[in-house]
Amino acid sequence: MSQGPEEKTGLLDAPWQDEPPVLTPGQSYGSVTDQIADAVLTRPIGLGWLAGLAIGMGLVALLGAAVTYLFLVGVGIWGINIPVGWGFAIINFVWWIGIGHAGTLISAILLLLKQTWRNSINRFAEAMTLFAVACAGMFPLLHMGRPWLGYWMFPYPNSMGVWPQFRSPLVWDVFAVSTYATISAVFWYVGLVPDFATMREKAQSRYTKSIYGLLAMGWRGSARHWKRYEALYILLAGLATPLVLSVHTVVSFDFAISIVPGWHTTIFPPYFVAGAIYSGFAMVLVLAIPIRHFYGLQNMITMRHLQNSAKIMLATGLIVAYGYIFEAFIAFYSGSTYERFMMENRWFGPYAVFYWALILLNLVVPQVLWIPKVRANTTWLFLISLVILVGMWLERFIIIITSLSRDFLPSSWGHYVATRWDYAVFAGTLGFFAAAIFIFIRIMPAISIFEMRQLLPESEVKAK
Amino acid sequence: MSHKALSPAIYGLIAEFDTSTELVEAAQAAYAAGYRKMDAYSPFPIEEASDAIGFHKSRVPLVVLLGGLLGGLSGFGLQYWINVIAYPLNIGGKPYDSWPAFIVPTFEMTILFAGLSGMFGMFALNGLPMPYHPLFHVEQFSRVTRDKFFLCVEAADPKFDIVDTQRFMQSLKPVSIAEVPH
Amino acid sequence: MEKESPNKPEAVCPGKLELAEVKQKLARAKSGPQYWRSLEELAQTDGFYEMLHREFPRQASVWPEGSPRRDFLKLMSASMALAGLAGCVKLPLEPIVPYVRQPDEIVLGRPLFFASAMPFGAYATPVLVESHEGRPTKIEGNPDHPAGLGGSDVFAQASILDMYDPDRSQTITYRGAMSTWSAFTEALKGPLNSEKAVSGSGLRILSRPFSSPTMASLMEAVQAAYPESKWVKYEPVNRDNVRAGSQLAFGEFVETRYNLGKADIILSLDGDFLSSGFPGFLYYARTFAARRNPDLKEKMSRFYSVESTPTNTGGKADHRLPVRASEVAQVASAIAARLGVGSGATAKPEHQKFVTALVKDLQAHKGAAVVIPGDNQPPAVHALAHAMNAALGAVGNTVIYTDTVEVKPQIQTDALKELFGDMNAGKVDLLVILGSNPVYDAPADFEFAKAMDKVPLRVQYGLYQDETYDHVHWHINGTHYLEEWGDGHAFDGTVTITQPLVAPLYNAKSAYEFIFSLVGSSEMAGYDIVRKYWQGQMKGGDFDAAWRKAVHDGFVANTAFPSKNVSAKGPTLSPTTGDKGGAPDTEVMFRRDPLIYDGSRANNAWLQETPKPVINLCWDNAVLISPATAKKRGLVTGDVVEIDINGRKVKGPIWPQPAHPNDSITVFLGYGRTKGGRVADGVGFDAYEIRTSDAPWIANAKITKVGSGYGFADPQGFQYIDYSDLPKGTEPLKNRHIIRKATLADFIQNPNFAHEEEESVPPEMTLYYPYQYTELKWGMTIDMNSCIGCKTCIVACQAENNIPVVGKEQTMRGRQMQWLRVDTYYEGGTENPAVYYQPVPCQQCENAPCEVVCPVGATVHSTEGLNDMVYNRCVGTRYCSNNCPYKVRRFNFLLWQDWTTPQYKMMRNPEVSIRSRGVMEKCTYCIQRITHGRITAEKENRSVRDGEVITACQQACPAGAIVFGNLNDKDSRVSKIKAQQRNYSLLEDLNTRPRTTYMAVVQNPNPELEQSESS
Repeated sequence: MSQGPEEKTGLLDAPWQDEPPVLTPGQSYGSVTDQIADAVLTRPIGLGWLAGLAIGMGLVALLGAAVTYLFLVGVGIWGINIPVGWGFAIINFVWWIGIGHAGTLISAILLLLKQTWRNSINRFAEAMTLFAVACAGMFPLLHMGRPWLGYWMFPYPNSMGVWPQFRSPLVWDVFAVSTYATISAVFWYVGLVPDFATMREKAQSRYTKSIYGLLAMGWRGSARHWKRYEALYILLAGLATPLVLSVHTVVSFDFAISIVPGWHTTIFPPYFVAGAIYSGFAMVLVLAIPIRHFYGLQNMITMRHLQNSAKIMLATGLIVAYGYIFEAFIAFYSGSTYERFMMENRWFGPYAVFYWALILLNLVVPQVLWIPKVRANTTWLFLISLVILVGMWLERFIIIITSLSRDFLPSSWGHYVATRWDYAVFAGTLGFFAAAIFIFIRIMPAISIFEMRQLLPESEVKAK
Repeated sequence: MSHKALSPAIYGLIAEFDTSTELVEAAQAAYAAGYRKMDAYSPFPIEEASDAIGFHKSRVPLVVLLGGLLGGLSGFGLQYWINVIAYPLNIGGKPYDSWPAFIVPTFEMTILFAGLSGMFGMFALNGLPMPYHPLFHVEQFSRVTRDKFFLCVEAADPKFDIVDTQRFMQSLKPVSIAEVPH
Repeated sequence: MEKESPNKPEAVCPGKLELAEVKQKLARAKSGPQYWRSLEELAQTDGFYEMLHREFPRQASVWPEGSPRRDFLKLMSASMALAGLAGCVKLPLEPIVPYVRQPDEIVLGRPLFFASAMPFGAYATPVLVESHEGRPTKIEGNPDHPAGLGGSDVFAQASILDMYDPDRSQTITYRGAMSTWSAFTEALKGPLNSEKAVSGSGLRILSRPFSSPTMASLMEAVQAAYPESKWVKYEPVNRDNVRAGSQLAFGEFVETRYNLGKADIILSLDGDFLSSGFPGFLYYARTFAARRNPDLKEKMSRFYSVESTPTNTGGKADHRLPVRASEVAQVASAIAARLGVGSGATAKPEHQKFVTALVKDLQAHKGAAVVIPGDNQPPAVHALAHAMNAALGAVGNTVIYTDTVEVKPQIQTDALKELFGDMNAGKVDLLVILGSNPVYDAPADFEFAKAMDKVPLRVQYGLYQDETYDHVHWHINGTHYLEEWGDGHAFDGTVTITQPLVAPLYNAKSAYEFIFSLVGSSEMAGYDIVRKYWQGQMKGGDFDAAWRKAVHDGFVANTAFPSKNVSAKGPTLSPTTGDKGGAPDTEVMFRRDPLIYDGSRANNAWLQETPKPVINLCWDNAVLISPATAKKRGLVTGDVVEIDINGRKVKGPIWPQPAHPNDSITVFLGYGRTKGGRVADGVGFDAYEIRTSDAPWIANAKITKVGSGYGFADPQGFQYIDYSDLPKGTEPLKNRHIIRKATLADFIQNPNFAHEEEESVPPEMTLYYPYQYTELKWGMTIDMNSCIGCKTCIVACQAENNIPVVGKEQTMRGRQMQWLRVDTYYEGGTENPAVYYQPVPCQQCENAPCEVVCPVGATVHSTEGLNDMVYNRCVGTRYCSNNCPYKVRRFNFLLWQDWTTPQYKMMRNPEVSIRSRGVMEKCTYCIQRITHGRITAEKENRSVRDGEVITACQQACPAGAIVFGNLNDKDSRVSKIKAQQRNYSLLEDLNTRPRTTYMAVVQNPNPELEQSESS
C-alpha cells in the first residue's frame, strides 16, 4: 500500500529504507480533500493566526508611513550617498527576488524531474514566490529619485518618441521581473483552478460558493480538459524553468555589467541563481515547519519534504561557497589592482565584520546539514534556515555596499550608514510578506488537493 | 425511432464509478461499443481516460509555440526599431544595434507571450469559463471534484438511444446511472 | 553689555516685541522655505500681534523720531514681501559702459560683460561682471587688466552671492527701529556742527583700509572740515608686520612687488602668495605657473618654502621645511647670515642641510632669486627679507618697491589702540564706523564694545546688521560693490574703476555718498563724486573719452606705480623669535581663513561649503595640529580642546593635519559669528576671543582636552598615494597611476615618463566601429603642474551652473554637490609629505560607463562627443553614478534648490536649468557657453575659433591650468597640449577614453636635497 507513491516516483527519487514516505499511508481521496479544504472552510480562526496577522499588518502600516515620507521628502532620508548610490533598497530587492526562486523551482523544475514529493509543498511555495516578488517589485520603484516617473522604464509610444535604453540591465530587470511575476501568477492560478472547483462544491455559504465558483470558471474535470490542462501545466513548467534561472541571472547583470570592482565578474549569474535557491528553500522551511505544525499537516508535509529541502540547501550552499572562493581567487589571479584591493577591503576594511559574519552564517553553519540527525530535526532546520536567510541578506550587503564605498579613486571613497527609514521600509516588506502568507492560508487550499489525490496508490489505473 | 425524438430532451446519460480503473474500462467499453460523443470526468487527471474516449491530441502546445514566437520576434523587433531606426543614440560608444544587449528582453518577451497565450489558449479550447453546464444538475456529480469518477454519453451522439444506451451502461456495473437534463 | 545695548526693546518700549526682533527672527531662519515658515510661526505669537497693533499708524506716537506709516509699510515690504524684488530690476541711471570691445580670445554673447573692480583689503581686484537683463550673475577675471591677467579668486567669484544675500541690511535704523536717510542727516546736523566748533576733536571715523583715490580725497575733505578728527583704518587681517618691516628696513612704508616671471629661485618665508586674498595673488599665480612649465627645461623655477601652517602655496614647493611660525625668523636669519646679511643665528641641526643647499642655490642665481615673507611673520623677518633681496640683487629684478597702494597706511593695531584709549577717556563724541565690525573682530584685549558704548553718538555704515550693530544708534545700510560707483588701485597701483551693475537693491547710499554727506553741504551722487574726482585728475585731452575708456576697460592703462628707490638701512637687526607671551606649551598660529577670510565672508554659503585648500575641510574652522603632536598629546580627530591664552579661553575641535609643524596649532579666524546671518551664525568657534593686540599672529597657549566626538565635514579626507590607513596588505595606491610625476631631471631624460607603467588599451582594439566626431570635438586638459589648488574653479563652477549648497550635515553624509572637485593627495608620511592637486570635473568619456547603464537614456553622447545629461529625462536610479569610475556625478537626494528666496531667483544663471529633487547632475563642460560659441560661429558662417569657448573653471583659474577647445582643430591650444607626452588620462586602463586629460607633475628639486626628502 505504502509502496504506492514510490511506484509513481521515478528513478530520480529511488527510495531507500530510512526514507520517510511522501504521504503517510491510510488516506483516501476524501480524507485528503477534506483535510486540506476544511483548513480553509470550516476551521475556526485561531488567536495565533490573528496575532500573526496583526503584527504583519502593523508592519505594513509602518511601510505605508515610511513610503509616504519617502515620496514627500526624497530618497535623501536613506543612508545612500555618492559614492554609495545604492543601499538597502537594492539589497532588499535582490534578497526578496532570490527568495521567490524556490517556489518556481519546486513547482516547475521538480515537476519536470518527476519529483512527486513536490506536490504537497508546491502550492504555498508558489504563493511565497508571488509575495516575495511583490515585495521585491516595490524597491526598484521606491529607490528612484523621481518614482512618479517610474513608468518611463517601460516601452510605450509617446509624443517625445523616447524609449527605454535597452542596453541597461535595469531595463532587463523590468522585463525579467515583470515576466517572472506574471508567469508565476499564471502557473499558480492554473494550478488552483481544479481545487477552486473542489472548494466550490464543498463551500457551505452560497457567498463563498459563488466566489470559488467564479475562480473555478466552471471546471468539471472533463478528460478532455484534463488532457489540455496537463499539456499546459508541463509546458508552463518548461517555460518557468529557464525563466527562473534567467531572472536572478539578469539581476546579477545589474552588477556584472558594470565596471565596479567586486561587481564586474563573470561568476555572478550561476552564483546568484544558486544563492537565490539557497535562500528560497530556507524560506520554504521557515514557512513549512510552522504551517505543518499548527495545521497538523505532518501526514502530507512529511519529514521527507523537509529533508529533501535541507539537501537542496546544502547543495546550493556549496555552490555559493564555491562562488565566494572563486571571487577571491579571481580577484588576485586577475592581477588587477582594483580587484585585489576590493577583496582586501572586504576582508579588512570598514565592513569586514559583515563579511566574516556572512562567511560564518552562510558557509560554516549550514555545513551541519551534512548530519542526518540535524536534517531530521525540525527545530534545527528552522534555525539554520533563519541563519541562511540572514546570511544571504548580508551577502548582498557586502556585494553592494563594500564594493561601492571604495572603488577607483580614493579621493571619492565614502561610507554608508543605514538610517531608520532604511530599516522601516525593510521591516515593512517583511510585514507585508507575513500578512500575505497569513491571509493566503486562510482563503486558499495551501496544498494542491488534486495533486495530492494523484499521490494515492488507488489513483493508479490498473491495467487488466 | 419514435423515442429518438425524445433524445434532445436530455443532455445525456451519466454513470458514476468509484475508481479510476473502472472509469477507464467503462470508457474503453463505450468507445468499443461505438459511442463517440462522450466524456469522462475525474477528480484528477488520468491520461488513460482521454485516450479511452479517443481524445489523443491537444493543440495547446501549438498555441504556446506560436505565442512564444510572436513574443520573441516582437521583442527583438521593438528594440531593433527603437535603437536603429526610430531614435538612434550614441550610448557610451556602443553600436546602435547592440544585439547582445537585446537578447535578454527578447527572451523574457518570448516566455511571457508563450505563458499567457498558453493559459488563455487552454481555457479557450476547454470552452472555459463556463459557469453553467447541464452536468451540474446531476446531484451526485458534485463529487467529481472530490472522489467520484463519471462517464457521460451525450444524447447528441448518433448512436445514442435512451433505452439501449441505458442498458449498455448497466452492463458497466456503475454505482449509479442518471439522466442529465438540459 | 547686552543690557546697555540701545537696540534692546527695553530702550524704546519695555517688554514688547520689536520690529528689530521680528527681523532677527526672520534672519535666524536657515533657508528660503523656512524663512517664510518662520514668519508664520512668528505670526502665531501674541507678541507679534501686539507689535503690529502698536506699530500701526494710529499708535504711531510710540515710534521714535515720528517716522511715518510709509516707513512701517516699507519695512514690512522690505523684510517680508521681498518677492516683489524679483520683478523689478532697477538699472542704474548713470551711463554705465558695457564691455563691447571683444578681444580675440573671448566672445561675449548676449549676456553683457562689464569691467569693474572688487575692493578687497586695501586693494582693488579687477573683475568682469556678466549681466543678464541687468542682473549681475557671474564674476570673471578681466583679461586685459595688468594686475589680473584674466584670472580671478574665490572671493571675487563668491562676491555675487554676497550681493544677493537676503541677510544684507535693507534699511536705515535708529536704535533698531526703521528710519530714513533724511531723518539721519537731520539728526546728525547738530552733532556735526558742534564738532565743527571744536574742529572735530571729538569725531572719529573707523574704516577698513582702502586704496580708492576718490575716498582719499573725501578723507582729505574730512580732515579739512574737522582738522582735529581722526580717521582710523583697521582690519583684523592686517599687514602691520609688512608695514613695520618696511619701516625697519627703509624707515618708511613701501609696497613690495615681486616679479616671479624673472625668478629662478623662490624662497617663501611663510609667504602664502598662492592663495586667494594675498595682494597680487592673481598676478603671482599666473607668473609663477608660467615659470613652472617643465618644457622650459633648466629655466623652470625652483621653489623653496619655509612654512608653518600648511597652505596650498607650500604644497607647490619643491622643498618644504615645516617649522613653527616662531621658528621661521630663526631659519630666516640663519639663511640671511650665510648670505652675508646680519649677525644671524645658526639654524637648528635638522635645518642645516636645507639651509646649506638653499643658500648655495640662491647665491648661484643672484639677480634671479626672490625671498617672499608672509604677512603673519614679525617685522624682523620682513626686514631680513628686504635685506636678503638686496643682497641677492633681487631689487629691480624680481623685487620692485613702490609707494604704498593703501591710502595713508598706519600700523593699524596702534591706531585702533589709540581710538580705544580715546573712547575710554571720553574724548570721542561721535564715532562713525565705515564698514568694519570691531565688536566682532577687534583684538580681545580692547574689549571694544565696552569702550564704544561710552561714545555718546555711534553711527554704523555697513552691509550687515552685525555684532557691532547692537552697539550703535544709527545704522546706515550700505551698498555692495556691484551697486556703487567707485575706484581703487590694484596691487601694482593700476587705477581701477568700479562701476555698478544694478541700482542698490535696498535703496542704499554708497560709502562715498555717505562720507560726502558728512562734509558736503549738499548731497552728491556717487557717480558724480567719483567722476568729478577723476575730472580733476585726468587733465588735458578729452576727459569724456578718457573716462569712457577707463570705465569700459575697468582700469586706466599704464598707471601702475613706478618703482621707487629705497635702500635698506643696513642689516643691523637681531631677529626676535616672533611676538609671543604667556607660558610656553603650545604655539598658536592665527591665520585668516582661506575662504571665509576674516569673517566678513562668513555668510557666504559657497565659500563655507568649498573645501579649504589642502585641508579639505568645510563648514568649520578647527584646531589644526600635526598628527605626531596629536598622538603625543593623545588627541584624535574630533576631540574638543580648550585653548587658553593668558586666561582667555576658547574651545575648538582637533583636526590632525599632515605637514603641520609639531608642538603648535593653527586656528583660522572668521568663524563663530553670532550676528553674521543665517549661514554664518553658529558655525565654528571664534578665535578672535583669544587674539590680543600684542600677539595677533603667534601666541603661546595651553591646550587641554575638554570633549570629543566632534563631527567634521571633510568631503575627501586624507589620501596618500603611497601609504595610508588602508587595510593591511593593501598595495600602495600609486599602482593606480592617478598622480604621475617626475623630477625635472628625469623628465628631461625621459619625457615619456607619464606612460611608463600604464596598461592602456590601444584605440583600435575594439569590436565596434568607433563613432566619428567630424566637426567639433571638445576636450580639456588640466595641467597639474600649474594647478595651485586654490579652489577658485570650484566656486566659479558653482556660480556658473546654479549649483545648490547642501550644508554641513549633508556634506558629512557625502552628498556635496559641487560638480568640480580638487582632489588632494599626499605622498610620504605625515611629517612633511609632498602634496598634489588634481581638479576632477566630468571626464566626458567617449566610452562613458554611465550612459550604458541608464535605463531611460537620460545621459547620452552628443555629436560633439560630450556626455550630455538630460535632467528632464532622469528618473534618479543613480546607477550612472555607481558606474562612474571618477565619481563626478552629483545627485539631488533632497530638495536643495531654494525656489522661494527672491534674491536667489535674480542671481541664477538663466542659461542653466535648475535641478530639483531626485535628479542626477554633473559637469557639462559649460554646455551653455559651448552653445553660445557654436551659435555665434554659425551666424558668421565659420567654424568655432580656438579660445572662443571658455569654460567657467578655465576662465576663473588664476594659474591658467585649464585649457579647453576643439580637438579636431589641430592648431588649437588643447590639441597641442594633448599632443605632449606629459598628457595622460585618469584610470586609462579602464578604456573609458576621457576627453579630460591631465598633464603630469614635474618637480624641480635641488639634487642635493633630493635624497633626504625623496618620498
